[in-house]
Amino acid sequence: MKIKVTDREGNKHELEGDANSTLMEILRDAGLDIEAACGGCCACATCHVYIADKWIEKINEKDDDEESMLDQAFDVKDTSRLSCQINLSDDLDGIELELAPD
Amino acid sequence: MIEKTDVIVIGAGPVGLFAIFELGLLNISCHVIDNLDKPGGQCAELYPEKPIYDIPSRVKITGQELTDDLLAQAKPFNPVYHLNQQVEKITKLETNEWIVETSQNKKIQAKCIVIAAGAGSFVPRKIPIDNFDHLEGKNIVYAVRNKSLFEKKKIMIVGGGDSALDWTNELSKIADVTLMHRRKEFRAAPDSVSKMLELEKDKKINFLLGQIDNLEDLKNGQINVIVKNKDEKKNFEVDYLLPFFGLKMELGPIANWGLNLDENLIKVDTEKFETSVSSIFAIGDINSYPGKLKLILSGFHEAALMAQQCFKYCFPDKKNVFRYTTSSKELQKKLNS
Repeated sequence: MKIKVTDREGNKHELEGDANSTLMEILRDAGLDIEAACGGCCACATCHVYIADKWIEKINEKDDDEESMLDQAFDVKDTSRLSCQINLSDDLDGIELELAPD
Repeated sequence: MIEKTDVIVIGAGPVGLFAIFELGLLNISCHVIDNLDKPGGQCAELYPEKPIYDIPSRVKITGQELTDDLLAQAKPFNPVYHLNQQVEKITKLETNEWIVETSQNKKIQAKCIVIAAGAGSFVPRKIPIDNFDHLEGKNIVYAVRNKSLFEKKKIMIVGGGDSALDWTNELSKIADVTLMHRRKEFRAAPDSVSKMLELEKDKKINFLLGQIDNLEDLKNGQINVIVKNKDEKKNFEVDYLLPFFGLKMELGPIANWGLNLDENLIKVDTEKFETSVSSIFAIGDINSYPGKLKLILSGFHEAALMAQQCFKYCFPDKKNVFRYTTSSKELQKKLNS
């Protein structure tokens, strides 16, 4: 499955994802500038991304924990998500997203 | 005044705390320095309530429970904690000992330094808007040190956590406070939230729904905060902006100590976990070596091996006799005292 990412400089990256990972893990392991300080346990807001509109409804919904951690993120939008809380699956093949400011 | 000890441990996270224990078993005394106001590092700051499942023999333990147990385990060795401060500078003496200076101007002398700083020190997260560094500490304040600075001033506090709410409630007594948050729900303690809502009802503070979009230096001592809510933008002129967006980790001054680094990690050998500078060690998430896994249990192993080498620096004339805690009367006496 493919993941299409736009970084903070506007450069586009196409990454290979897999259905057993979270989105954060794929971004981090690809060397993109994403801090993911807590390692993926939804305890910081340093893996903040914006999901493209057409994909936002296809991913698992955010829970209260994630909504509350997003309070520590900057420039939160309706399409804001913490990428460690997004479980990849084959129906997300081609998902497009953008790294949020840090 | 210079305080003296055998080893200075930088970082009071799980690995730093276990290092006190391993060093203590070898009769090596420690001072521990941490930038947070409490020991425990990430375990206590980021996920005190979250379960950890991969500590040997602990089926499930929270970050705070692990911290509490490690503190109890280290206690018999009487470590001295220096919290709320960062190590700023290290100097090597002619005797090959080190002087460590902290951001609170404390000086501590020791034979070895053990860096157990995880991903670095916790520092406030800054607003990701370029070109406003010059206003930091002037109009933009990330940590309140002196309340009187805000007396009769117009201030904007941003955030929805404990720091934002606590300072809103506290500073409402002396300043004209606006609290801004992206939603009207707060993750701060319920008590602080209800107090803030009461202050808002009584018009003692102002609540604003929105986020920071940009800033403008008005060059008259004030700044203009450009506030965004959905697609609507408006200007908000204030004397001080206090953003509370949690903490992030930074390597900080350690990067300038001449240690061989691998990106933001400190290179060590896997026998002694010593850095490229002799008698400075690095253990836990902050070090790098082939096959490194960032696990608490790896850090524990590294602490035990590091202690063996520290013994040689601390007691060059003594022979280190390897002993088990289970069989050594001497160790048991110490641990049960």
